[in-house]
Amino acid sequence: MAVVTEAPPVTPIPEKKPPRKRGRWTPYWLLLPGLLWLVVFFALPMIYQASTSVQTGSLEEGYKVTWHFVTYWDSLAEYWPQFLRSVFYAAAATILCLLLGYPLAYLIAFRAGRWRNLIMILVIAPFFTSFLIRTLAWKTILADNGPVVHTLNTLHVLNVTDWLGWTAGDRVLATPLAVVCGLTYNFLPFMILPLYTSLERIDGRLHEAAGDLYAKPWTTFRKVTFPLSMPGVVSGTLLTFIPAAGDYVNAELLGSTDTRMIGNVIQTQFLRILDYPTAAALSFILMAAILLMVTVYIRRSGTEDLV
Amino acid sequence: MSVVTWLKRHLVVIAGLLTLGYLLLPNVVVTVFSFNKPKGRFNYEWQQFSTDAWKDPCGVADMCGSLGLSLQIAVWATIGATVLGTMIAFALVRYRFRARGAVNSLIFLPMAMPEVVMAASLLTLFLNMGAQLGFWTILIAHIMFCLSFVVTAVKARVMSMDPRLEQAAQDLYAGPAQTFLRVTLPIAAPGIAAGALLAFALSFDDFIITNFNAGSTVTFPMFVWGSAQRGTPVQINVIGTAMFLVAVLFVLSGMIIGNRRNRQKA
Repeated sequence: MAVVTEAPPVTPIPEKKPPRKRGRWTPYWLLLPGLLWLVVFFALPMIYQASTSVQTGSLEEGYKVTWHFVTYWDSLAEYWPQFLRSVFYAAAATILCLLLGYPLAYLIAFRAGRWRNLIMILVIAPFFTSFLIRTLAWKTILADNGPVVHTLNTLHVLNVTDWLGWTAGDRVLATPLAVVCGLTYNFLPFMILPLYTSLERIDGRLHEAAGDLYAKPWTTFRKVTFPLSMPGVVSGTLLTFIPAAGDYVNAELLGSTDTRMIGNVIQTQFLRILDYPTAAALSFILMAAILLMVTVYIRRSGTEDLV
Repeated sequence: MSVVTWLKRHLVVIAGLLTLGYLLLPNVVVTVFSFNKPKGRFNYEWQQFSTDAWKDPCGVADMCGSLGLSLQIAVWATIGATVLGTMIAFALVRYRFRARGAVNSLIFLPMAMPEVVMAASLLTLFLNMGAQLGFWTILIAHIMFCLSFVVTAVKARVMSMDPRLEQAAQDLYAGPAQTFLRVTLPIAAPGIAAGALLAFALSFDDFIITNFNAGSTVTFPMFVWGSAQRGTPVQINVIGTAMFLVAVLFVLSGMIIGNRRNRQKA
């Protein structure tokens, strides 16, 4: 790996020349290695994938570009349910993350006091523990004879969720509810951190001002706090929705064949069935769909300065 | 109704703590089950207390090897991504040049892309180039997806820096190298450290991109994934618990040192 250090300064003895003169090429030298990396290993692969998606052939005889666009149509027609499911699960997880994450972010930003650092650590530390191990722990938590299922059963919640199609019979594991629960859990920190960042920037005096103007706490939240936290809400929902829509780990570990998401299909096509054109077409459709949704969403919410 | 008013007043705190509980529940389960003595191959049901796994954490074939490999990859990916990312961040904040917008979008896109898409397209590239999948392809992939996060973290810090400090250094006859090493770098250090820490965590824990581009090489997350099918040894929970404790201690000591320094300065 070529490590380009500081570009050699143009002026060997800086004393006589104006001190702030910078090399015209310095920014380009600084950018070159990193951008080259991104172009070769991020942009170029996308082009290769686009080309693969319109190829036909077989693994034995090799693939050729035949502009076989029908692959897109066929794969979309065949895997439409998985696409829809991915969007639904990811949307449900995002909404749950927002509902669960907002109070915690608010708590850290305004109410935690000297506990702030400790709570922050507890939110971040799981990042360093393998997320796969933690996801597997949900198998224990949601197990058929575990406390969660028992409680939900006693409260007759499972009857309702069963009727809604979220769970199946007396089980939570291997149902949509388990997958959404896993997704929510895994991407919750990605919601909390941006929310916290934008809440923390809010001037506390605005809350006092709202109170002085006889706004009740709920009104203050609705009219002052929430609108000011919109940048955090937008980037938090994006950071949750995008990875959740492409995830296949939760659906594989906590779900069943009926909960397969599009990520599972892409993974199977690519690594097991070795049908590269279909896999490439599917991941292109996923990418396009997500970019489209993200663009519309950002336009709608009117936040341009993201992340 | 004092209970109702109390609940009302502390609603946010209660809801927040419940979320924190949800977030930490799996960690608790992982810790508790690291002291389990399972009957079969799977460690999902509580049987009997035992410290066997803690006494012999590397007693499972290949597990500690995969852990070492993951650590190695994470260290190199962190170094690579931090060096490249810091350079990009400085260029973006400190210089005006053409195509700044295009560069910004190229940095943003990997973060706005589902991992499975990046993973699959990178594999397509490697297959077309006939590259041997393994350590190097994993490292290349990890540097690629960590880069954007480092740039974002460093950029935030450099943007809030006062450029007059550097001017002052130069007025005091510090050369460009001296200014950079003695003034710029120390001020940017927290941002660079945050970026590096993020890169390390992302690389160490990555499964999806690694799964596509690893070939037959097994990193720790891939070992865990495989064991979910074959049977999970208790030692996995031991490692999970240890990682959590190390992370908490590491961040905690970092914060204490940071606080002390701030107090000394004040």
